[in-house]
Amino acid sequence: MPVPPQRRLIFAHVDEPGYTNDIGCYLRHGGYEVMKRAFARKPEELIDEVKKSGLRGRGGAGFPCGVKWTLVDRKSGKPIYLIVNADESEPGTFKDRYIIHQDPHQLIEGTMISCFANNVRQAYIYIRGEMPHGARILEKAIQEARDHHFVGKNILGTNYSCDIFVHRGAGAYICGEETGLIESLEGKRANPRIKPPYFPAVLGLYQCPTIVNNVETLCHVKHIADIGGEAYTKIGTPNNTGTRIFCVSGHVQRPGYYEFECGKITLGQLLNDVCGGPRPGRKFKAVIPGGSSAKVMRFGERYKGKRKVGAEMVDYDWGVEDVPMDFDSLAMIGTMGGSGGVIVMDDSVSMVEALANINAFYSHESCGQCTPCREGSLWMKKITTRMVHGTARAEDAALLKGVADQIPGRTICAFGEACSWPTQSFIAKFGDEFKDYHATRQSAKPEAALPLI
Amino acid sequence: MNLKPETLQRIDEVITHYPVKRSATLPLLHLVQEDAGWISPAAIEWIARKLELQPINVYEVVTFYPMFRQKPIGRRHVKVCRTLSCALTGGYRVCEQFQREFGCRTGEVSADGEVTIDFVECLASCGTGPVVMIDDDLHERVDAARVKALSDEIRTAAQRRPPAP
Repeated sequence: MPVPPQRRLIFAHVDEPGYTNDIGCYLRHGGYEVMKRAFARKPEELIDEVKKSGLRGRGGAGFPCGVKWTLVDRKSGKPIYLIVNADESEPGTFKDRYIIHQDPHQLIEGTMISCFANNVRQAYIYIRGEMPHGARILEKAIQEARDHHFVGKNILGTNYSCDIFVHRGAGAYICGEETGLIESLEGKRANPRIKPPYFPAVLGLYQCPTIVNNVETLCHVKHIADIGGEAYTKIGTPNNTGTRIFCVSGHVQRPGYYEFECGKITLGQLLNDVCGGPRPGRKFKAVIPGGSSAKVMRFGERYKGKRKVGAEMVDYDWGVEDVPMDFDSLAMIGTMGGSGGVIVMDDSVSMVEALANINAFYSHESCGQCTPCREGSLWMKKITTRMVHGTARAEDAALLKGVADQIPGRTICAFGEACSWPTQSFIAKFGDEFKDYHATRQSAKPEAALPLI
Repeated sequence: MNLKPETLQRIDEVITHYPVKRSATLPLLHLVQEDAGWISPAAIEWIARKLELQPINVYEVVTFYPMFRQKPIGRRHVKVCRTLSCALTGGYRVCEQFQREFGCRTGEVSADGEVTIDFVECLASCGTGPVVMIDDDLHERVDAARVKALSDEIRTAAQRRPPAP
């Protein structure tokens, strides 16, 4: 299979010379025309287009956007809110930053179309606190859009009114979890809420029905409204429609962001052909394909089984390089596409030290309300840090696994899974390295190895 | 509380963004911290009164979110990303070098009051690691030479600043 060219839908203008983030530039490139046409249609038709498109959420879970919108309680008589999740925090993910900084009006247009489709009168963009410039750019862009009657009261003379405000987070990863985000927007600690009963579609912001969508997802809505849901399904592969932005970081020659049709490129093509392969004199060792909580893949391992192609079941026998980069294929081999953050590690890396780094992140970011997650993430951090900086023991791998196995399924939100999957997968795939770490730590370290913890 | 008039104006404006006043807790904490440099006990009580809350409601938010500070920091805030992608490209070395440049450890204020260095979690620019934020500005692909240059810039800016009245 030849390497496909990039298909830049969302990133069409990112890094384009002369393209600026003001409304004048956006209008010159046909900006807000899709919104004008969408506002002449019935809201239900727009929801149908999104359903037909098969668009899956780009924030991590890959939940179908149209289904999410269908679940919204429209009979309660309460206002419906839409929140743009711009809290981009999953380590390895850095796509929304470029949309916000370089093409903010694309996000605003997609948001307004989504608001109109769902009869939303107030939207909030929850942007992470570490992007102060991004927040200012969005505020300026929203004001420009208000001045052009694309946002605010009586939009384009349709009698439909909807405003957008920017709300800044303050450095807490858990705010990316939608119910934690809602708590934070209500002015509280971002402790996620338990589902049921607190499904945002029914009891969200201020206990009103609420839609929370990722930045990239809402940008896709604009393109779906433009070309229609049916035509959108022609991009990508069945059940994995549209394009996907891959954020590649770590040990490749050309890290960066690359947009391809979903499922049309394999991990090997992405890392070797697009990103230039490993650094000189190095070999790939491991890759995390969908943000740091996704389960790690080990180069050299194989994935075998049966998969559905059209109506038939066929056998597959893949190496790491052969796996197509779509939600379903990555789920099938036991990991996930998540947020599109691909973190690559070469043979200079000790997997114990890499895991210690990840564990330090999750223990810092646990909100603390569920004991298995608060204590478990801290224990995993303490064990892996002690292995690196203190005394590693042969039984540490089993101890780590024991802690990790007691977290998932026992917490209010998916953070329990997110913090235990790295430990579980690192030990499953690189168990020998953990077992031997006490003996090999000093001797086996390559010269190029950087401290990770 | 001795806040600048424009801060007070922005505070009154931002409260109108929400149907429930409590939602303005994070925005007010940001505005007060930008103005005063940190969140003092008096600031917590002032914000609570402004939003018709109990001080504990504001205090528990301050202690939850890493960006809010309960003590003053240096005039310049250097935040080095600690998380995996940056660590794989040298984040730990960058953080150590900044500490040597200014003779202080993470979380401390340098002797001249100029700099506080923090080793923070993911700054969402993993493709251009290691990254460092100095105040509001992001610096990408920071190697040893770049740490030196950035440190020199901070020192030069400090020398040029007029003495406090």
